[in-house]
Amino acid sequence: MAGTQCNFALSDEIELLRLVTVGSVDDGKSTLIGRLLVDTKGAFEDQLLAVTRKKGAASSAEIDLAMLTDGLSAEREQGITIDVAYRYFATPKRKFIMADCPGHEQYTRNMVTGASTANAAIILVDARNGVMPQTKRHTHILGLLNVQHVIVAVNKMDLVDFNQKKYDDIVSELRAFCSKQGVEDLICIPVSALAGDNVAQPSTNMPWYDGETLLVTLESLSALDDVNSKPFRFPVQLVNRPQTAALPDYRGFMGRIASGTVQVGDAITVLPSGKQSKVAAIVTFDGDLEQAFAPMSVTITLTDELDVSRGDMLVRSDQTAPQGEREVEVDLCWIGDEPLSVRNKYVVKHTATSAKAIVSEIVYATDIHTLEHVDADQLTMNDLGRVRLKLQRPMHYDSYRDNRATGSLILIDTFTNNTVGAGMVV
Amino acid sequence: MNQQKLTQLKMLESESIHIIREVVAEFRNPVMLYSIGKDSSVMLHLARKAFYPAPLPFSLLHVDTGYKFPEMYQFRDWFVKSVGAELIVRKNEDAIAKGMNPKAFGVARCCGALKTGGLLAALEEGNYDAAFGGARRDEERSRAKERVFSIRDEFGQWDPKNQRPELWDIYNGSIHDGESVRVFPLSNWTEMDIWLYLRQEEIPIVPLYYAKERLMIERGSMLIPFYEGMEDQLLPGEEPTMVMCRFRSLGCMPCSGAVRSNATTIDEVVIEAAAAKRSERETRIIDHGSNSMEDKKKEGYF
Repeated sequence: MAGTQCNFALSDEIELLRLVTVGSVDDGKSTLIGRLLVDTKGAFEDQLLAVTRKKGAASSAEIDLAMLTDGLSAEREQGITIDVAYRYFATPKRKFIMADCPGHEQYTRNMVTGASTANAAIILVDARNGVMPQTKRHTHILGLLNVQHVIVAVNKMDLVDFNQKKYDDIVSELRAFCSKQGVEDLICIPVSALAGDNVAQPSTNMPWYDGETLLVTLESLSALDDVNSKPFRFPVQLVNRPQTAALPDYRGFMGRIASGTVQVGDAITVLPSGKQSKVAAIVTFDGDLEQAFAPMSVTITLTDELDVSRGDMLVRSDQTAPQGEREVEVDLCWIGDEPLSVRNKYVVKHTATSAKAIVSEIVYATDIHTLEHVDADQLTMNDLGRVRLKLQRPMHYDSYRDNRATGSLILIDTFTNNTVGAGMVV
Repeated sequence: MNQQKLTQLKMLESESIHIIREVVAEFRNPVMLYSIGKDSSVMLHLARKAFYPAPLPFSLLHVDTGYKFPEMYQFRDWFVKSVGAELIVRKNEDAIAKGMNPKAFGVARCCGALKTGGLLAALEEGNYDAAFGGARRDEERSRAKERVFSIRDEFGQWDPKNQRPELWDIYNGSIHDGESVRVFPLSNWTEMDIWLYLRQEEIPIVPLYYAKERLMIERGSMLIPFYEGMEDQLLPGEEPTMVMCRFRSLGCMPCSGAVRSNATTIDEVVIEAAAAKRSERETRIIDHGSNSMEDKKKEGYF
């Protein structure tokens, strides 16, 4: 425990790391997060008191750590996690945003949600049960969503007498599986979330493990993705036209830089029109900038008066431009109640633009148990597969592997307005 | 240049600006709820950044219970004017006329009438299809489950078990007629982030957040502010005394507790917030009870 000392970062210079935790039912995800919150003082005494079983319980083993994160009454009634919960904790080195995702099969859509923004994932495996089908499914999804780092926490080591062989077997099975899933950076740690072994404190029960604790690992993962070294992409969210007495003719393009860098004077191409201009100014409330990089929100003005509107994309003329095509092939996680079939129509939302789309082909569905590609007439809730979409007009996208921001899209049901699909451009 | 990174506060700022701009792009008539508190100060500051050099493209809405601190009303009128925003103030006049107060009717009924009731009526009156709120996910466990774009039905109610998945930073703003969306641009901010950002950006906040000798009633572990005219609120044996204290979270006078503190500057408040062992909402009477925040949120409360 951190005791009374303040171990919170007071600096405003620290970095942010986004995490997702996944695992099967009862692997102890919520307990692990509760443990991280308690040990980094991310949870307060009164929040702990609200979930303490016995009044005055002092040790965290007596606190129901899972109750800290299961925020909905239905979850506490059923003792399960239904929905993604976001949790926040910090160390002197880093701030963490953690999405706690349910492991129940019917809630896989929530896991995709949590993983979509994560730089790193923690997969929980119960040491007693080993690698479960859900574990493989989740690992597959993390690979699909291109989560940079994957940490496997083999939990409940206290319940297998801290047995090294049990741990080694699980690790070798997972390593073999991960190499097939495009997960390259795999780190394994034996822990007991309930007792705290190897979470924030090194375990004295497992002298055979010489790696870092989970918290030290999380602090040292590279948070630096290569988003700045990718080509410049600037989806225009809005056009800024104050039309005030002081700024009668001002025309700025507002957006968040999705990737890359830009400088005043850079030659710019507007998509889809293909018109060319130069960056006149990079405007912010705090003053104009000479250069800007992802993921900054800025306003860009151009040297020429061009017709640019929401959904257009500014790219640098000296770099490769994203494709503009009316057909797109995507890896899809289906999260709608109604199944997806060929000829179904949806709205695709991609960056700041939307267009109608028709499913032209289901290339394959992924059998979630064998992870083999199989023929399918439809995708139902929680299915994964690859589909081709025909778009009402061309969209400018990169492949998801190359660029998360310009390679991701969602499908919206035109009748219910619900988000029904999470797509990653192949 | 390629190695340049944003600090976590700048990341949060950029994310919030992106959210605020998406709402203005996708909704017909958005409004920003303004509660006068520190989170509202941050949210308003972010909105100004989002649209600079243009003025704010939406109004601020303060749902007034009539029970706010005098310092809060003063600050509200000064701050809103100084940033050039347009402020709409609405009250549940019916309930106020009937003498609604937490002592006689209970905290839950009073909040339900003055805050939730007042808010739903004001949103309906203004025909707003989107309302920004300054709630954060770290405040309370049911808020931890809230989406950035949170759909409300025709009755302004939240269905926590049936929320739209939110993927990447692509927000689905499609709604049916009569539905509306509550948008929380500060979802990923923590109390600590708010303080660090207030310090970094030198954003003004209500002076009640800073420690000062104040006339207070000590009730159990709570420190309740005492103002003239509150004599009838005193319980037998209670006597207001001067206490050096400040407020970590500001709500209505009868239901906001203070904490003993000597933190008179933003730097001291930051240090105190970092060392705090109890959550800021502990001093808010509204949250106490097993499911109280979740139940209120389902009814339409922020």
